[in-house]
Amino acid sequence: MKQYETVIGLEVHVELATKTKIFCGCSTAFGGAPNTHTCPVCTGMPGSLPVLNKQVLEYAMAVGLATNCKINQYCKFDRKNYFYPDNPQNYQISQLYLPICHDGGIEIETETGKKVIGIHEIHMEEDAGKLIHDEWEDCSLVDYNRSGVPLIEIVSEPDMRSAQEVIAYLDKLRLIIQYLGASDCKLQEGSMRADVNLSVREMGAEAFGTRTEMKNLNSFRAISRAIENERERQIDLLEAGKQVVQETRRWDDAKEYSYAMRSKEDAQDYRYFPDPDLVPVVISDEWIERIRAAQPELRTEKLIRYREEFDIPDYDAGILTSSKKMADMFETAAAICGKPKKVSNWLMGETLRLLKENNQEPEDMRFSPEHLAELIELVDSGTINGGVAKEVFAEIFAHDIDPARYVEEKGLKTVSDTGALREAIAEVIAANPQSVADYRGGKEKAIGFLVGQTMKAMRGKADPGMVNRLLKEMLAE
Amino acid sequence: MEDGRLLEWTALALGKKIQAHEVSVTEAVEQTLERISAVEDTVHAYVTVDGERAMKRAEQVQKQIDDGTLRGPLAGVPMAVKDNLCTKDLLTTCSSRILENFVPTYSAQAVENLEAAGAIILGKTNMDEFAMGSTTETSYFGPTRNPWNPEYVPGGSSGGSCAAVAAKECFFALGSDTGGSIRQPSSFCGVTGIKPTYGTVSRYGLIAYGSSLDQIGPIARDVSDCAAVLEILASYDKKDSTSMMRADTDFTSALVDDVRGMKIGIPRDYFGEGLDEQVREAVMDAAEVLREKGAVVEEFDLSLVEYAIPAYYTIASAEASSNLSRFDGVKYGYRAKDYDGLHQMYKRSRSEGFGAEVKRRIMLGSFVLSSGYYDAYYLKALRTKALIKQAFDRAFEKYDVILGPAAPTTAPKLGESLADPLKMYLGDIYTISANLAGIPGMTVPCGLDDKGLPIGVQLLGNCFQEKTIIRAAYSYECSRAKLAMPGNVQQAMTGNAQQAMTRNAQQALNGDGQLTSNRDGKAVESR
Repeated sequence: MKQYETVIGLEVHVELATKTKIFCGCSTAFGGAPNTHTCPVCTGMPGSLPVLNKQVLEYAMAVGLATNCKINQYCKFDRKNYFYPDNPQNYQISQLYLPICHDGGIEIETETGKKVIGIHEIHMEEDAGKLIHDEWEDCSLVDYNRSGVPLIEIVSEPDMRSAQEVIAYLDKLRLIIQYLGASDCKLQEGSMRADVNLSVREMGAEAFGTRTEMKNLNSFRAISRAIENERERQIDLLEAGKQVVQETRRWDDAKEYSYAMRSKEDAQDYRYFPDPDLVPVVISDEWIERIRAAQPELRTEKLIRYREEFDIPDYDAGILTSSKKMADMFETAAAICGKPKKVSNWLMGETLRLLKENNQEPEDMRFSPEHLAELIELVDSGTINGGVAKEVFAEIFAHDIDPARYVEEKGLKTVSDTGALREAIAEVIAANPQSVADYRGGKEKAIGFLVGQTMKAMRGKADPGMVNRLLKEMLAE
Repeated sequence: MEDGRLLEWTALALGKKIQAHEVSVTEAVEQTLERISAVEDTVHAYVTVDGERAMKRAEQVQKQIDDGTLRGPLAGVPMAVKDNLCTKDLLTTCSSRILENFVPTYSAQAVENLEAAGAIILGKTNMDEFAMGSTTETSYFGPTRNPWNPEYVPGGSSGGSCAAVAAKECFFALGSDTGGSIRQPSSFCGVTGIKPTYGTVSRYGLIAYGSSLDQIGPIARDVSDCAAVLEILASYDKKDSTSMMRADTDFTSALVDDVRGMKIGIPRDYFGEGLDEQVREAVMDAAEVLREKGAVVEEFDLSLVEYAIPAYYTIASAEASSNLSRFDGVKYGYRAKDYDGLHQMYKRSRSEGFGAEVKRRIMLGSFVLSSGYYDAYYLKALRTKALIKQAFDRAFEKYDVILGPAAPTTAPKLGESLADPLKMYLGDIYTISANLAGIPGMTVPCGLDDKGLPIGVQLLGNCFQEKTIIRAAYSYECSRAKLAMPGNVQQAMTGNAQQAMTRNAQQALNGDGQLTSNRDGKAVESR
């Protein structure tokens, strides 16, 4: 068989985190009874007019600057004309001729090394409403709550060659946008959607093969599987002497295969033209600089700073910065207690374990960094021991309890009264003559059992280090 | 108050009498409604008259006037609104079957401004369907007739508004002007109308035809009324991103009878082939009046006039094809009775809901935006538009006002224009350039032809120079009185003429049988 190369470009739609819609003052809040977040503008009533939400433009510019794009300082909106009931005007306001950002790129890193993936353009557009089919009444109803929710579409160059590179690109893009606060980028919930344009060509060939566009990819896993599947499908066609048809396909992740939605021949003529209801947006150098100056520290810069500022391994720094929420948690808690290494340990260890156990993402963390910092203080001051700390942290993670109060109320403080401890140790020594004999006979390990027995007797509220020291003392007597 | 006498006053005169408590708002509304019932069978200026709503509103406004909270010059004055402006809880059809049942949930900003000023809406006026046409004959609800002679059209597309003002069925009316739709029917009906600079009046609530060209403006009995209404209409509106913040909208301050030193240019291009000799003479006479009053009048070459019509019909149709796509039977308006599936529902609703002229322009617009044709037609038209604007910029470096005819002829007879749409489009030659350039334009009556039909003179100004053309128009009007022009207008509107008009109308109805009905829409459909 010949060797083939896969060529992939992505169209990524991201729902922006604005409070109101792109062209009217209606709320973008998810849910709500059908057609309650609507007005004459987002339901396409006769005579209504769109007015651009400034925040949409600023988010789009911020994403563009963070992905090294050039900003079109004279940018316009265009109408994409097509009939469908979820689109109340029967045209979507989008950008074709002068999109807000163009010619950028981001660097990704995979097993095969570092590589820059080009970004062709980023444009702003409005989302459509939702059709709901009523089986009972046998009719379709439209909910316009989503109509006019702002989106940006990030169109990459066909620079990716594997599913691995696609995932690395998407992950990097997601992090950048999350760090900017422009979107929460959740694939499962649809606030980030990726369409995959894929073609194959013989290794070394110059010209691109015929490409297909894959839709309905709702997770990184689905994207990987769809890419592998489509690559194989196209190679099989070529190997069988057939041609790849330029078409849009829909991925069915449950069945792990895709089917054709429409071919190029069915493609509509969208009759794009500049929207006369929206004046061109002129963006000054000062405005761009203001957005650039307000840009938060992104992951790449954070990683460098973590290495310099905190004494934590590169691997840990990588994990801590892999989500904005995690990085914010780390930095805030570390700033409060001044012990970055210990904060990192809690996040890398117990936090990740509990997240995994609960099938959650770092974005789902609900506890406050103050409580984590306080917990670290409690351990360091010897108020509680490590075992108790884990128990307390589980409560912080689940209910964000105040650890000092919790320890007080539950009586979990370490007993530092050596009198009480000596008493307990004496009892343990008396009750376990065999272990005592073993220890005295040179079996050093036997002391572990005795420490455990003492801790049990103290119901965990003792400092294991102190128990160990006292035990050795008393056994030596 | 003697019956009917009140109807002779201008809007400002009536407003004054109302403030002085010499006339009640209810009285004014009642008499106007009576006038409407007397002449509507002949004129058919309105699609909807809502007397009940008007009377209720009259009481409220009277109360506000009595307690001193409403003092505006137009408080209590009855008016009409073109049926492409949304009016909350009042049928708004665009004279189209596709919106035959559409009741808006909100009012256009222009309507809100007038209602806040205390004006009383009597109803909605007839128009060419979706403002596409120059005669008001493309209305689904049947044509409006020219009050001067019902055998003739009132012009269009704001024909209903202009006819209502001319027939004294209201004291002023709102129109919209995309390619001359205020100025041309004003000329045909012998009334005064102004299309302000693009962006002066909010388009929010105006059902769009050609969004980049549409402007709302007043139609009234004289220049003073026009200026007063425009002063209320003009406002910055953040709901319309093409709306402009202006500090110079005190248009009534320009009602000054003085044109000494004003430079008036007469474009030779507007006086060439196709211009009716009587129109030419009347317009040149108007220029002469201004010259005699001290204006400097000279001829010049504007250039590019012949490119305005193709550019206009390309741009307006392109925008219309997209603007009108929302009328699909899904959310509001007309939906076909029988259909199988979504596609057929769209197709039948739109095929049955739109008239021939609207369909023609939707097809034309869809064609010029199609891939492969966009550059050759739409983009070229936009470039032509930019060149036309430059030609006006050059002209306004030399002149304060450009003076010419509003239309090549006086009103044509009913049924004459629609047979040849291209000829009808050519009739817009003097008005559409102003929309392409975004500049203000105004029509003032300047004479009658030998058929007794009105002729209008058009004054164009540079962007934001409404005051200059208002001043020129007002000065002309002051001297025109001496020419006994308004006398003719008055005569047409007195009782005798009214009877004559009704007789003429009867002739029109029975004579050639063209028009079997003017109310049920069949007159248009059966043509």
